[in-house]
Amino acid sequence: MARVVLTDSLSKQFTNGAGEFEIAASSVRQLIRELDARYPGLGTQVEEGFLSVAIDGEIHQDAFLEELREDSEVAFLPAIRGG
Amino acid sequence: MAADKPDYKWVGTRTIRPDGHDKVTGRAKFGSDFTLSGMIHGRVLRSAHAHAVIKSIDTSAAEALPGVRAVITSKDFADQPSELAAAGEAMVNYKDMTRNVMAREKALYDGHAVAAVAATTVEIAEAALELIKVDYDVLPHVIDVDDAMQDGAPILDESLVPVGMDAKGPTNIAKRVEFTLGDAAKGFDAADVVLERSYKTAAVHQGYIEPHAVVSSVSEDGQAQIWCCTQGQFMVRTFTARLCGMPASSIRVTPSEIGGGFGGKTVVYLEPLATMLSKKAGKPVKMTMSREEVFRASGPTSAGSMTYKIGAKKDGTITAVEAEIRLLAGAFPGSPVQPACMCAVAPYDIENVHLVGYDVVVNRPKVAAYRAPGAPISAFGAESIIDELAKELGMDPLEIRAKNAAKDGTKAAYGPTFRNIGYEETVKQAQAHAHYTAPLGPNQGRGVASGFWFNIGGESSATVNINEDGTAVVVSGNPDIGGSRASLAMMAAEELGIDYSNVRPIIADTASVGYNFLTGGSRVTFATGLAVVEAARDAVRQLCERAAKIWEVDAEGVIWDDGHAKPASTNVGEFEPLSLASLAASASKTGGPICGHNAQNVQGAGPGFATHICDVEVDPETGCVTVLRYTAIQDVGRAIHPSYVEGQIQGGAAQGIGWALNEEYIYSDKGTLDNPGFLDYRIPVASDLPMIEAVMVEVPNDRHPYGVRGVGEVPIVPPMAAVANAIENATGVRMEALPMSPPRILAALDAARVKQAAE
Amino acid sequence: MAKHHVSVTLNGEPTEFLCSTRQTLLDVLRDELNLTGSKEGCASGDCGACSVMVDGRLVCSCLVMGAECDGKSVETIEGMADGEKLHPLQQTFLEEAALQCGICTPGVLVAAKALLERNNNPTETQVRYWLAGNLCRCTGYDKIVRAVMKTAAEMRGGA
Repeated sequence: MARVVLTDSLSKQFTNGAGEFEIAASSVRQLIRELDARYPGLGTQVEEGFLSVAIDGEIHQDAFLEELREDSEVAFLPAIRGG
Repeated sequence: MAADKPDYKWVGTRTIRPDGHDKVTGRAKFGSDFTLSGMIHGRVLRSAHAHAVIKSIDTSAAEALPGVRAVITSKDFADQPSELAAAGEAMVNYKDMTRNVMAREKALYDGHAVAAVAATTVEIAEAALELIKVDYDVLPHVIDVDDAMQDGAPILDESLVPVGMDAKGPTNIAKRVEFTLGDAAKGFDAADVVLERSYKTAAVHQGYIEPHAVVSSVSEDGQAQIWCCTQGQFMVRTFTARLCGMPASSIRVTPSEIGGGFGGKTVVYLEPLATMLSKKAGKPVKMTMSREEVFRASGPTSAGSMTYKIGAKKDGTITAVEAEIRLLAGAFPGSPVQPACMCAVAPYDIENVHLVGYDVVVNRPKVAAYRAPGAPISAFGAESIIDELAKELGMDPLEIRAKNAAKDGTKAAYGPTFRNIGYEETVKQAQAHAHYTAPLGPNQGRGVASGFWFNIGGESSATVNINEDGTAVVVSGNPDIGGSRASLAMMAAEELGIDYSNVRPIIADTASVGYNFLTGGSRVTFATGLAVVEAARDAVRQLCERAAKIWEVDAEGVIWDDGHAKPASTNVGEFEPLSLASLAASASKTGGPICGHNAQNVQGAGPGFATHICDVEVDPETGCVTVLRYTAIQDVGRAIHPSYVEGQIQGGAAQGIGWALNEEYIYSDKGTLDNPGFLDYRIPVASDLPMIEAVMVEVPNDRHPYGVRGVGEVPIVPPMAAVANAIENATGVRMEALPMSPPRILAALDAARVKQAAE
Repeated sequence: MAKHHVSVTLNGEPTEFLCSTRQTLLDVLRDELNLTGSKEGCASGDCGACSVMVDGRLVCSCLVMGAECDGKSVETIEGMADGEKLHPLQQTFLEEAALQCGICTPGVLVAAKALLERNNNPTETQVRYWLAGNLCRCTGYDKIVRAVMKTAAEMRGGA
């Protein structure tokens, strides 16, 4: 089961405030489909909403093909750039 | 926890950079050093009003002036729908971008471009500007972030709908963000000590010494070539194509050497203008910004207004942090308020955190990224209040940081769990450093502060071409701001097993290398470096295959060692090693040119942490602050070229010191910029600073073959609070606003003296 | 508008150019003589990126008019190396990584050379104050100052 962590604005908008929950998924792509199933629109927002994804603490700009482990933590955060 | 350092031949040494000779002889070509025959010159007409409706622009007299070849206004640019851009740095909206580059309905800041002219000489172009008649309807303006949030403030854009909150009517608030961990209210209940403070920072400019410059040449068939100083030639291509209504494939952008960027050259200003002028004039157009234009019209970073509340137990455990951070975005939305919130207390393991951020538009130039965007501002507040907390609890400021330090497994306030980080090590090294216990004299004080930045990876492409003579060319696409091409060459030399002097790194234009995300985000040595390493390994694979062909053995039976193909074992056969040079010489017979290649979206950038120690002396008569000693300790992963890593640390610290002590945008009551020059916008000069000791802690990033971690941005995050904490230590006076310039320090000292006399 | 005909000794060689009244020496060097080593950072004499020597005096070439150089000697960054042989300052700057983006480097080198010609044993403070007119945004000046002092020591010891 992957542990999903959402930003406040995402959780307010889509999950009625639930900021952390578990989803069964072995890849990020599968996770997004499950998110959309459970919270309609959330998966699409995650895919198109300029977010960075942190898998087990590592930030990915483009994580959609990444595999997840048994108990991976997947955090969706505002896109990080730099200067 | 530092891993044993492997025995590298090149990585970790201090080589001479390949572009060095050209740079010390003046031969290197920067943005404005480029010329094309037949070139004409462009100049921009800029609004002198902070806020005005543009009722009409009459360019007829300018167009009629002999020597003028083209005049443009917003009419020449198609309007853009509201759509976020992913190719640049901060999330930019094309609708805003086209308006920033050339004003449409309104002039929104002093310096906003309203028209541009190209003429045969600079003098004629400037004369033509004088002939353009703009009819303005001047409006009330607002330039302070808190003022802009008040009811009744002048509104920049009536149609602005804030993201993340509801608005009662027209507003200047573009966005509200929120980050929550645990329950801050409970955390404060559990605290023995609770402090609340407010802080302000002023807008500062990246201060690159080289102004923006471009030459754009559009031929009659619509193909464009652009030479410019930029942090991202692919970004320039994308944005210019979009704004000028041209296909990206028709634009070829060649980056010149770049004279500083720090985030300020991750967007376009002149490039679309020069391109449109060139299109109209049928000639190459050169445009440069004067220093005044750089200050008035290119993006500085945000000014900030913040409130912080912190709670802790008597033993120093921080139980809760709450903060509201308000950053000004300039004329269009897009301040770095999100990363500001995310970085504020990132070095710490705190159970209960509640951070709210506001992005607010005001009549100032649109802000651009500046080295760890947002983080230095929020860290000023966080690291100052933690210092005050330490004092309140009677705890050593490094001790309280050590006690609450984020470690592997700590959940960051912005979401993910940290893994493989080096923050604790930086605090420990600070505690052990001789600087921390050196004696201080009268009017002297010491301050410490910590900082964090995420660092990024991103899209990277590289090619390693093996030349017939056994040398190699490393082709990549990131402008070299701080010596990165030397590191790329060193990593390639290490992989190939050849001499560093035989590896030539080049920075290619948009047509000659695959896509690269821009130079920024502390990513080049990490991400482009990784692509270079993989490309070199690809070349090595091919070299081994060639040897296998020559020896008539299986490719698995060949290994690469010390620049030579060798049989993996005696079972494979008795063969003399084949050098890279000999394999290169026979390449045409064994299969053709040998080119290693790699392109990927690099993930796994490791975050960076730093702890700084600063000593100051405050002159009680003038309020002048002298920085006596500065030590910057940073987790750098692995230093490929130690000198250039030190250089990033020293340079970032110097910018932070300038931000702390003297730099600020000063506005008149008309909303015009009073100090658009280096005389009155005071960046640190050589006599302002001491030597800056850079201590590199190496906790290798296991996601990079050489353990590289981004280093460029973290060093600017701690200095402002480190200096403020040192001033407090020296004088007993807590400065809560930047810059801490002499008049302000003097006023604070006087106020404290009066207060003391009264008590 | 009539142009001025100006004769100078440029990096040791007799050189002539035409310039308008409003052109500064920096404009002339860059736009008329194609010597782009001197840089424009501010055009107001605040950043030092345009530093050159005129009649042996360190100046900001953006504050000197092209026309007022008639009969004078001008030395720029392009004249600092001796053919293929770098000046010791140039060499040490490379070895000590005293440059990052490199835009301020020509001005800093010209200024540092002027210092060492006057004072071959400057203290750190003297180096810092002499170079206070050369802005650098990348390095924080640490490696620049070290490189100048190291070169001074080498030039004292070597020759």
